[in-house]
Amino acid sequence: MSAAPPSIRPAATEPLAPARHRPSRLTARVSRAGAGFVMPFLIAFALVFVAPLAYSLYLSLFRNRLVGGTQFVGLSNYADVFVDPKFWDGALRVMLFLAVQVPIMLAIALVAALAIDSGRLHGHRFFRIGLFLPYAVPGVVAAMMWGFMYSDRVGLTGSLNDLAGFELLVPYTKQWLLVSIGNIVTWEFVGYNMLILYSALKTVPTETYEAAAIDGAGQFRIVRHIKIPAVRGALVIATVFSIIGSFQLFNEPQILKGLVPNLISTSYTPNIYAYTLSFQGNQVSYAATVAIVMGVITAVIAYIVQLRGMRRDS
Amino acid sequence: MTGYSYSRPRRSITLTVLLGFLLIYSVLPLTWMLFSITKDQPDLLTSFGLWFGDGFALFDNLGQVFTYDGGIFSRWFFNTLVYVVVGAGGATLLATAGGYGLAKYRFRGRNAVFAVVLGAIAVPGTALAVPTFLLFSQLGLTNTMWAIILPSLVSPFGLYLMWVFAAEAVPTELLEAARVDGASELRTFFTISLRLLVPGIVTVSLFAIVATWNNYFLPLIMLNDPDLFPLTLGLYTWLADATGVGASPVFHLVITGAFLTIVPIVVVFLVLQRYWQSGLSAGSVKQ
Repeated sequence: MSAAPPSIRPAATEPLAPARHRPSRLTARVSRAGAGFVMPFLIAFALVFVAPLAYSLYLSLFRNRLVGGTQFVGLSNYADVFVDPKFWDGALRVMLFLAVQVPIMLAIALVAALAIDSGRLHGHRFFRIGLFLPYAVPGVVAAMMWGFMYSDRVGLTGSLNDLAGFELLVPYTKQWLLVSIGNIVTWEFVGYNMLILYSALKTVPTETYEAAAIDGAGQFRIVRHIKIPAVRGALVIATVFSIIGSFQLFNEPQILKGLVPNLISTSYTPNIYAYTLSFQGNQVSYAATVAIVMGVITAVIAYIVQLRGMRRDS
Repeated sequence: MTGYSYSRPRRSITLTVLLGFLLIYSVLPLTWMLFSITKDQPDLLTSFGLWFGDGFALFDNLGQVFTYDGGIFSRWFFNTLVYVVVGAGGATLLATAGGYGLAKYRFRGRNAVFAVVLGAIAVPGTALAVPTFLLFSQLGLTNTMWAIILPSLVSPFGLYLMWVFAAEAVPTELLEAARVDGASELRTFFTISLRLLVPGIVTVSLFAIVATWNNYFLPLIMLNDPDLFPLTLGLYTWLADATGVGASPVFHLVITGAFLTIVPIVVVFLVLQRYWQSGLSAGSVKQ
């Protein structure tokens, strides 16, 4: 549906066994076998994907009251979410986050991918591995490391500020906290995105570049007219994944909350809000509604980006 | 542009230095960590982050990590291994069979499966976590290992990667030939196809391993019993305990524990780098 990456089409239309001239008994047996291969996945999928979604849709139609138990309320939870300032506080924060962090991260990833692909780096293999390494680090550990490094006493900012002679970096303040989180997320995923873009660049045949060079195209023209268009599809995928990731923002602020409890509210992101509602507020129905609304907003935005990106592609 | 060749371009010092800054940024936290694991708690607070402290407490720290809190760290390590082996292993198995089935067979409902699974890639994992918790608590599955393992079994992205990979790696003629010879589909899968799928399987399992090894949100909501925690959640409890009122911080243990959490996964990545690199280009971004 929404996240169909561009590469799907050729493979999907590829001729498949069994061909039409085969005897039908064999065809039936073969196609049963095919369904059999997919079945285990589908069963698990139904249990951990479809069932929870269906169950939370069901829950979202009820309301948990301290007195009187659970009550059917139709769509009024949804109406409440849309005018809930706490929900919008978090939702707008992640949108701001994604509007700033995703372009910066992808721009860095693109520059790095182009640089490594250009073959003009000394030790480009080393760069590729070194830049990708953070992806292997668990998000929790990444948030902890940066969390420590941000702190005045354990970390580096204290030393840096001493060196500068004034408060150069203040990661743990209301104004800078989102930037501090953005830095952690960028650190974690720049290499991953770089690798996706780099892999796309690798699919361009070398002859294309040689032909362009013979025609007198310089480095920058080749980048602009051949390389960037070549990675557009991958860039759209990376953007969609990054959008989904931003909307889910949870781990990093949640870990930092362990270090600086007062700075991060219980509705800092929609996910933290849903988590707080179900585990501290005991309002599971409302939490389910928040999760659904957020999921729909995410899917819609991801879908729009996908459509726009693909249109420019053709 | 005389003498310029695309296959052997000139190396550029400027570009190397420029990207060198990015590389420093990438390895900065890891470098900080390597110095920090050699410090005890007081040293951490007083010494400069990117150099050694007064003492060398690495071995002390390692020893303490495994004995602190009744030695629960080894338990967390073991749990993580269980989640990875059963969860990621199972996810790879299901994705491999499913992707192969989708790529190489035509059956009723195939396109529907396809559309649903692709849609599922766009569903935020964490948005699913709270509903899954609500359902699992109805089923009495919360606070058991199954609460972590079952959701890990499904990787729509893995299925997608495997499907794209299988479409290319297993020639349809080969399957038809086996069919003419009278081999059953299952037998063909195990004797012929599986071997051709190995690079894809390694890639999918690698991503599944990273996802389960790094899993935090799901254990956080599903588990109460520290004996079931994976490393990520266990470390967080150490960190959170350390910042509570009247608590004595054990930052040195959190950092050393975090280091021990990273090492296995980084080693796996370095050893298998040939696979994830080729797998990425074969899968998500093939043009």
